[in-house]
Amino acid sequence: ILFVQVFWAHLLCGWAFGSELTFELPDNAKQCFYEDITVGTKCTLEFQVVTGGHYDVDCRLEDADGTVLYKEMKKQYDSFTFTAAKNGTYKFCFSNEFSTFTHKTVYFDFQVGEDPPLFPNENRVTALTQMESACVSIHEALKSVIDYQTHFRLREGQGRSRAEDLNTRVAFWSIGEAFILLVVSISQVVLLRSFFSDRKTTTTRVGS
Amino acid sequence: MLKAFSNYKALNIYALYFHIGETEKKCFIEEIPDETMVIGKYRTQLWDKQTGSFLPATPGLGMHVEIKDPDTKIILSRQYGSDGRFTFTSHTPGEHQICLHSNSTKMALFAGGKLRVHLDIQVGEHTNNYPEIAAKDKLTELQLRARQLLDQVEQIQKEQNYQRYREERFRMTSESTNQRVLWWSIAQTLILIVTGIWQMKHLKSFFEAKKLV
Repeated sequence: ILFVQVFWAHLLCGWAFGSELTFELPDNAKQCFYEDITVGTKCTLEFQVVTGGHYDVDCRLEDADGTVLYKEMKKQYDSFTFTAAKNGTYKFCFSNEFSTFTHKTVYFDFQVGEDPPLFPNENRVTALTQMESACVSIHEALKSVIDYQTHFRLREGQGRSRAEDLNTRVAFWSIGEAFILLVVSISQVVLLRSFFSDRKTTTTRVGS
Repeated sequence: MLKAFSNYKALNIYALYFHIGETEKKCFIEEIPDETMVIGKYRTQLWDKQTGSFLPATPGLGMHVEIKDPDTKIILSRQYGSDGRFTFTSHTPGEHQICLHSNSTKMALFAGGKLRVHLDIQVGEHTNNYPEIAAKDKLTELQLRARQLLDQVEQIQKEQNYQRYREERFRMTSESTNQRVLWWSIAQTLILIVTGIWQMKHLKSFFEAKKLV
């Protein structure tokens, strides 16, 4: 059975899959993801911070030997394409260790290789009719539309999250300030009154 | 050939993985329009201290999967085995939260607390199994391709509807902020003027009573 699995693993070399996930990254935390990649596969890592703080995160991508392929600090959004030079387990990590109290939500899309074709017995040299090639081009175009929609959704989510944050802050601070205003003006008057209030100490009576 | 394809698709879930601690809960968010199907597949492996590698899944090591809808109502909360497959269809558009945590107490005994989880979450038209659809509806190649395109377009339309709904929410939030800024500024200015006048009047009458003016 191991032989069969190895066989299928080699078949997978031709095309592999993509993973797209959105996860929560608590403050002071680091989250790593791993994937086994075969040599020669073209891979793309894209990430975007959706909510939290200044919408930035540290990202680091290492290959199977630990060589750092990509390292950026406090980035909001980036896209990195590379071709795997070695076989092995590639690791990419997102770190929020620089933040003390904001949770972040990070979206990433790690594409490894190309998407599998619709028909498993098809390979690149199979001749397609014009209709079929038209379908393939439309499929690719629609995939890119969906990809743009995802990125738009994330940007809009970011904007909306900032707007809602602003809304609560405006409410909170307005009420707070009105309250402080009242408290301060009343206490000013009270304090002033206390300066002039009748005390046992004499107000005048110089001499005599 | 179909069986071969389904085996090959099965290997797909061994793609991305991450490590999870014993009682650690890992949550993933999927922001999706309504009536969208989501299929999640996972596979777990346990760290074996003796061989220094990850063993294939041991039975008895389960994962608890909890899925919440945008109103934080739990729509799925189930225990699965070491390999699991969960699926749900959204009925409200928004952020759905998929949380996984290991329920096993045996982990500390064997593993020193490290569990490897392979996870694959597919959303919308990626959940469709085209060879199966082709077999069921007896479609030709071209018809199958057309079906795939139709599914993609449907997903795009759903996403756009959802986008319209979210933009409306955004607009409402902005207008609410605008209103609040307006009214609270006016209110604060009034409070300022009123308290200023009150202070002056009060102090004036106070000093007059004290015969200082």
